Amino acid sequence: MGSRWTGMFSSFLFLAVPVLGVATFAIAPAFNIWLPKDVSSHGATIDSLFMFILILTGIVFVITEGLLFWFLWKYDAAKATGPATYVHGNHTLEVMWTLIPAGILLFLAIYQMNTWANVKMRRPAMAPTLEVVGRQFEWRLRYPGRDGTLGTPDDLFLVNDLHVPVDEDILIQLKSMDVLHSFFLPNLRVKQDAVPGMKIPVWFKATQTGQFDIVCAELCGWGHYKMAGQITIESRKDFNAWLESMYAKQEATQPEQAAVALAQ
Amino acid sequence: MATATSSSTLVTGAALTASPNRQAPKPRPVMEFLSTYVFSKDHKVIGLQFLFSTLLWFLIGGLLALAVRWQIAWPWSDVPVLGKLFAQQGGQMAPEFYTMLFTMHATVMIFLVIIPILAGAFGNFLIPLMIGADDMAFPTLNMLSYWFMWPAFLFFGASFFVEGGAASSGWTSYPPLSTNVAAAPGSGWGQTLWLLGLTMVGVSSMLGSVNYMTTIILMRAPGMTMFRLPMTIWAMFITAVLQAFALPVLTAAGFMQLADRTIGTGFFSPEGNMVNNALTSTGGGQPLLWQHLFWFYSHPAVYIMILPAMGMVSDIMTCFARKPLFGYRPMVYSIAGIAGLGFIVWGHHMFISGMNPALGMTFMVSTMMIALPSAVKTFNWLGTVWGGRIQFTTAMLFALSFVSMFIIGGLSGIFMAATPVDIFIHDTYFIVAHFHYVLFAGTAMGVWAAIYFWFPKMFGRTMNEFWGKAHFFLTFIFLNGTFFTMHILGAVGFPRRLADAYHYETFHHLQPLNAFMTWCAIGMVASQIIFAINFFWSMFFGPIAGRNPWRANGLEWTAPSPPGHGNFDFQPVVYRGPYEYSVPGADKDYLMQTDPPNAAAAALAAAP
Ligand code: HEM
Ligand SMILES: [Cu+2]
Ligand SMILES: [Cu+2]
Repeated sequence: MGSRWTGMFSSFLFLAVPVLGVATFAIAPAFNIWLPKDVSSHGATIDSLFMFILILTGIVFVITEGLLFWFLWKYDAAKATGPATYVHGNHTLEVMWTLIPAGILLFLAIYQMNTWANVKMRRPAMAPTLEVVGRQFEWRLRYPGRDGTLGTPDDLFLVNDLHVPVDEDILIQLKSMDVLHSFFLPNLRVKQDAVPGMKIPVWFKATQTGQFDIVCAELCGWGHYKMAGQITIESRKDFNAWLESMYAKQEATQPEQAAVALAQ
Repeated sequence: MATATSSSTLVTGAALTASPNRQAPKPRPVMEFLSTYVFSKDHKVIGLQFLFSTLLWFLIGGLLALAVRWQIAWPWSDVPVLGKLFAQQGGQMAPEFYTMLFTMHATVMIFLVIIPILAGAFGNFLIPLMIGADDMAFPTLNMLSYWFMWPAFLFFGASFFVEGGAASSGWTSYPPLSTNVAAAPGSGWGQTLWLLGLTMVGVSSMLGSVNYMTTIILMRAPGMTMFRLPMTIWAMFITAVLQAFALPVLTAAGFMQLADRTIGTGFFSPEGNMVNNALTSTGGGQPLLWQHLFWFYSHPAVYIMILPAMGMVSDIMTCFARKPLFGYRPMVYSIAGIAGLGFIVWGHHMFISGMNPALGMTFMVSTMMIALPSAVKTFNWLGTVWGGRIQFTTAMLFALSFVSMFIIGGLSGIFMAATPVDIFIHDTYFIVAHFHYVLFAGTAMGVWAAIYFWFPKMFGRTMNEFWGKAHFFLTFIFLNGTFFTMHILGAVGFPRRLADAYHYETFHHLQPLNAFMTWCAIGMVASQIIFAINFFWSMFFGPIAGRNPWRANGLEWTAPSPPGHGNFDFQPVVYRGPYEYSVPGADKDYLMQTDPPNAAAAALAAAP
């Protein structure tokens, strides 16, 4: 069935899989098609876990795809002579290639638990910095007013323009008014669905100042694509000044409206 | 002929009064035609009905995908053809239209293509033939399992033309987006029809599943013990078990969502849920409940969507490696392991959903463990080609590519199973890459392997090898161009389901890569023209195949091609497992399951 050329051509096609696969991942960072800049305190552990799994799976990928190529090349019926090896399996091999991956996978499972717990389970003991409410198709923000507590009449209401101080723990209370949304901060390695009827805590600590995207990552309707916000990370001093200017602005434009909104 | 008998039973009452000697009444030609080709109870006809219907939907699903890819590559630019057809805002695509497109692309591909083509088309066609039965245990049920697909086809098909368009809350259909009519244009009639269609697919699958289990357990030929079954049958069997246990949950959840939408039950709507400034429900429910129920079915369903392909690929690979399957029992056990573990990993779709993070950790461990049987299968496939005498037929190339691509899909699963990493890559193109590697590069390539391999049994003729290989090479290259790049898009965090992501600073520079991927997708769909022509041409003009064109071992290859009603023209008796290739001392490099053990008798049987 087919000449040696078919076998050679096909084998090389299968060899191209690991070669081009690895090349794609190797070249991508040069085109900035890679993990976006991380400005969070916990992001480094996530990124290094990603890299660790990438290397681990990369090795398995190259070995298995390489073997596939090699076997296709070597055992092409148009090239190899004599009959195929008559063998139904090998007990030792089966045990080995069950136990070794099992060990690796179990290690991976245990190894990552601490990171997960830090990011999603060990909530800092503090009052929420602000409340974020998803709504078709915007992020509504609610900061404590001058009294410093959330849920009082002087709360500050903003849309899509999130500011946080750098190097401080931030605790967000995430809610949704209508459908599911997902609060995604690519540069802070934060993602959490907002679920109507639930108050979900989200926390992080930013390590650098700058402006970054807030992306909605859970389908929320026709305008999902434009449910964008911006997070500004700034020094404590700039943050306070910004907060002050926002308070002043709200008091000037809608002194009693905030109170009404709250009463509802 | 059994067909004549069955049509006469339909009119027994009339026959008895009209002709006392119980001669069957003269069958009317229309009835004869209907009972043979339309409402046939023959498993082979039903299998082919499934095959043709699903291939047609495959084409529709593929075109939907191209429209989706168009918008991702060149957002808001005029869409060729479709733009004129659905004239919206000049020729450009509205965002709600885009949302509907990807929802229906996934829905069509999963529920109208992959699931029915594996179980419906190949399950039906192959199970009786491969176990040596004359038909399924319940032929009428079998016929119904096909005809229940038609209401589904109609519901899904019609939903494109109702007010607001077809469903547009994703194939996962998460409430409240899907339950509140005000939440999205497609959440009106489109969503209701979607749920009805889904229910019908479920009924069809359930009827098939009961039938497959019974047939495999009860109707095996003499000598066909469970551990002599080909992998295809093992996979079909375990798939049927998965269906039977998981489907009721989806059906119930579907009815709950239907009730939420129509009579205001509020299973999935929390207290005070406002959509579009309107209080839309009385509350008392939980959106996450849907996700649990949906994934309790849909995670096992992803295995329903690949196990049969794994089975078929194993059979094809052994045949063209001319070598016994490496580790038959481990292969069976790992399928069973996947099926068992498959019921306790559904939460990995919900790591970020708001589910208790401690529960997430538990699901992480079970998900890591499910990668293990997948790894075992891969190693055994490699063991199977090792030391073989590989014949690079089209079917073999597709089967090998299944293995090569499944490795990628399985390995990317590990990234997502790692909960901290999933925080970043959940709902990005990394996920899209993962499931296209397992479902398209895996299952769809496996299905092509199966079509090229069993085509001679289905139609008595073989497909053209040259054009088959051309089809393979182009598909293989374009599919990797389309899907491999999705991994690195995902690494940037590029979100799925966005009509236009380039206004984000973070994703602004990714448009050229997406344009490249769309070109590859266009190439991939275009390559299927070769397949379509080859398929239909070979059906009528391909070289006559004979009973066993591949010199394979399975029982199906002892039957005529195509097999007549009742399948076998002799009673098959099974003497060995299905993978006895290249047995030392045998006079040919394959020993069929029916070849008598005695060598002299073997020579006799091989003579004609
Ligand atoms: C090696 C074994 C596998 C592992 C560890 C694995 C893991 C995962 C995880 C963790 C997710 C959720 C990711 C997220 O949404 O953030 C996922 C999604 C998915 N997986 Fe797998 N998977 C494996 C094999 C498969 C197979 C064999 C199939 C299908 C044949 C499959 C089909 C899917 C699909 C369709 C989704 C996405 C559903 C959606 O969100 O639309 N996976 N997988
Ligand atoms: Cu959204
Ligand atoms: Cu899953």
